[in-house]
Amino acid sequence: MRDSNTDRTFNIFNYVFLTIVALLVIYPLLFVISASLSNPQYVVSGEMWLWPKEFTLDAYDKVFKNQDIINGFMNTLKYTVFGTVLNVVMTILAAYPLSRRDLKGRGVIMAFIIFTIFFSGGLIPTYLLIRDLGMLNTFWVMVIPNAVAVWNIIIMRTFFQSIPHELQESAMIDGCGNFRILWNIVLPLSFPVIAVMVLFYSVGHWNSYFQALIYLQDQDKFPLQLILRQILIKGQTDDMIQTTSESFLAQQLSVEGLKYAVLIVANLPMLMLYPFLQRFFVKGVMIGSLKG
Amino acid sequence: MTNMSESVAPVEKFETYRKKKLFKNRQNAKKKTWVEWRKSVRKNWELYLLLTPVILYFLIFHYFPLYGLQIAFKDFIATKGILGSPWVGFKHFERFFDSYYFWRLIKNTVGIGVFTLAVSFPIPIVLALMLNEVKSLRFKKFVQTVVYAPHFLSTVVVVGMLLLFLKTDGLINQVIRLFGGAPIDFITEPALFKSLYVFSDVWQTMGWSSIIYIAALAAVDPSQHEAAMIDGASRFQRIIHINIPAIMPTIVILFILNAGSVMAVGFEKVYLMQNALNMSSSDVISTFVYRSGILEAQYSFSAAVGLFNSLINFFMLIMVNHIAKKVNETSLW
Repeated sequence: MRDSNTDRTFNIFNYVFLTIVALLVIYPLLFVISASLSNPQYVVSGEMWLWPKEFTLDAYDKVFKNQDIINGFMNTLKYTVFGTVLNVVMTILAAYPLSRRDLKGRGVIMAFIIFTIFFSGGLIPTYLLIRDLGMLNTFWVMVIPNAVAVWNIIIMRTFFQSIPHELQESAMIDGCGNFRILWNIVLPLSFPVIAVMVLFYSVGHWNSYFQALIYLQDQDKFPLQLILRQILIKGQTDDMIQTTSESFLAQQLSVEGLKYAVLIVANLPMLMLYPFLQRFFVKGVMIGSLKG
Repeated sequence: MTNMSESVAPVEKFETYRKKKLFKNRQNAKKKTWVEWRKSVRKNWELYLLLTPVILYFLIFHYFPLYGLQIAFKDFIATKGILGSPWVGFKHFERFFDSYYFWRLIKNTVGIGVFTLAVSFPIPIVLALMLNEVKSLRFKKFVQTVVYAPHFLSTVVVVGMLLLFLKTDGLINQVIRLFGGAPIDFITEPALFKSLYVFSDVWQTMGWSSIIYIAALAAVDPSQHEAAMIDGASRFQRIIHINIPAIMPTIVILFILNAGSVMAVGFEKVYLMQNALNMSSSDVISTFVYRSGILEAQYSFSAAVGLFNSLINFFMLIMVNHIAKKVNETSLW
């Protein structure tokens, strides 16, 4: 089909607009990558604006020698792995029974769960509960209070409901119990939704700092995001450089480089997973929107 | 009189008969549901077993705090527990309403909420509509890959980047200096806080929020467009008259959800962007609850503030949903 004149101008405008949007989004990211790989002197003076100038891995060297960052990284890894496993198991436990139409009381239980989206006790009563349970400043507080997310139960339930009914019914006639139906029939068919859940939850764990800020006190239990906050936002970098024998100005400069490198290191797993993340996350949003 | 009673009696008889039958029916129904329940539990006991940890989790971590909310009306004393602490009525609410902070907190919370709704809500719709018009699949894929990416960055990272770029010797101020302007201290300037908050939010979320509209647009029947083209409609006219109406239900639902949470400004990002100098425009209810509750241990007072906030959120959602139902046919429930 031939475009008319107005359509052609529209087209040009559209491409220009979207290109500008994409550039605005990508530029800060590129800048951080380049800044982390440059001599910090050029970053501070404004001479580095797109590609790395005087390429160096100095900043990364400092990041990987920093005990706090390594420790935070390992803590986050621990919280993310355990947390995600618990999350996915709990989501399946909730979603499968609720996807079964022959389950009596399913509407009531669903309402019981969904109600918590709209009304919650809030920060203080929850904090007091966690304190009374003796979970403050423990590993468990990073995993258990967020054991399952309502929205993800809904997504997974929607997926389970889309599995043909007859499949489960015929298994039942053959004398298959509910556990075996779930384990041998439903779960093997649910790989896509489980992958989505693993990604949803693990990105959430990796990126969260609120839980740790409220409930953790010991520095050696802090996840990476809290360490990052100390470095990037509160500017607590003194102890990282005092060991080096550089001049004051040089120290200031290396702190600059370090901040950019820390940003990259914190996102490394996400950056490497991004191609998968994008595909599965989009899929997850689609499954969720069927119901939403 | 006798005549009357005679004529009434059969009616009464009929009434009692009907009531008895109703009662019996109800009893039967009760028995029936009871039997059904027993049958269901026997047949699907495994399913109830699977649900048990989930129900326990929600009871403990979501419903018990609701029970604990009563401390908002009490003077909570840790040694006496939630039940044993003395009732004080609306004391904490009154203290909050009369406090110097009250109007500042409301103004900032509503201000940030409304500003976010006004800017962050429509931009993804425009983005989706424009992406939908791109014919080159490669270009479309490229733009999507780029704009989705910031969604995966953590709040700490986004705020960290913001602070690095906006420092007095940061990237933005270097550009300002290049054009001969005087550097601006963005981070501590109260007048700029809300804009920084909202536009960094747009940067991070616009791509991701557009996915749901892109999906809705993909479902538009192409024959509608063909028919419109034969009638001589331009691209722009087709967007206005075909695409926008097609995604209207999605827009309304998301608008309800977003408008309902105008007062529920999240803690995480505001708290990270806060500093002593911009407090006058950055202090919101959630950060206030954190400070007075967790840091200063005024449990009852901050529980009251939190309850006030969640009640408002709840009623906002109901109200917006009601309005949407009246104006449009779409609503959440």
